[in-house]
Amino acid sequence: MSGNEDVIKAIVGIEPGSALADVIAGRADIMALTQQTHDGALMPENPGGLSHAERAALALRIAKINDHKAFEEHFETMLEKAGSPDGAVRMADIWFDGGSDPRARALIRHVDLVAHAPKDATRRDIELLQEAGIADADIVRLSELVAFVSYQIRVAVGLALMKGLA
Amino acid sequence: MSKIVHDFTTDIPVWKPYVTPLDLAEASADQLEALKVTPSNNKVSDYVLVLAHDVETLKHRSPLFNAVMYNRDGLSRAERELGAVGASIVNRCIYCAAVHASRYNQLAKDKYVIAAVFADGVDAEIAPRLKAILNFAVKLSKCPSEADADDMAALMSAGLGKDEILDLILSTSLFGWANRLMHTLGEPIAG
Repeated sequence: MSGNEDVIKAIVGIEPGSALADVIAGRADIMALTQQTHDGALMPENPGGLSHAERAALALRIAKINDHKAFEEHFETMLEKAGSPDGAVRMADIWFDGGSDPRARALIRHVDLVAHAPKDATRRDIELLQEAGIADADIVRLSELVAFVSYQIRVAVGLALMKGLA
Repeated sequence: MSKIVHDFTTDIPVWKPYVTPLDLAEASADQLEALKVTPSNNKVSDYVLVLAHDVETLKHRSPLFNAVMYNRDGLSRAERELGAVGASIVNRCIYCAAVHASRYNQLAKDKYVIAAVFADGVDAEIAPRLKAILNFAVKLSKCPSEADADDMAALMSAGLGKDEILDLILSTSLFGWANRLMHTLGEPIAG
């Protein structure tokens, strides 16, 4: 999905002119900034040490951990658009723990922890990333990716519940 | 001597990062712009200097944060803070909980609600409207979300308008984001 389309509106199925669309229009600034952050987290101009394909693959894991099928499909499409390189495709497999690649192991372990149980994260979890050779700037990029996608999925879940209101 | 804070409190700790914050002397033009650094405004928190490593999200995140928490109309500022507190309890972000619980106390001019929430979580004996807000925030913050149609109906019964429910979804979700940065990238030290 390109930067011009609103991922949340597409996933929740917000019809223009509907009652929900009217309510959301009151927070159009926030919805636009959310989409811009999505593009900055998934397809940054300067991806640093995390490629667009890896970002899509890790976001796909986060969608799976949140049991959100529509977001899984969205990130799957982004992974395909990034060329579906083998290494990234394997990272999206929820049963894959990184195997013998220390960098992949560290990235996957951290994404799963922070997506599912951020309350359990400690200093040691950041040290494990550093010991796997991941630079501090990339640790921040990875953290923003998990944190942002966790936010975006919750906004969509909430809006879908609002859609059910009379 | 520094002491890590492990219990919920309204005394705001000092946040100490596990990673090295950006050195302003080495900042790019994009980073300086996102940080809004000027010769007269060169005090930037360690937290923002850490996030400046990822300038392409930071430049949108700061205005987004302000819009969600401070935009006019919709849910009261105090009740948006309660959404933030609900998320921060689930994610055990001691720092975020302290900042936003103390903001709730200032805005609502009340200390009872937060004290009860810190003591008893969703079982806290607080006004029905606040209870519906807290309960929804806690359930939406679980992974996967546990919020359902009954929780949404409870918000409507408690008197929230749809514009207010949208603001609650946004402030709660925003702290699903903020907690995953603040609690994982550093630790709260007693001030």
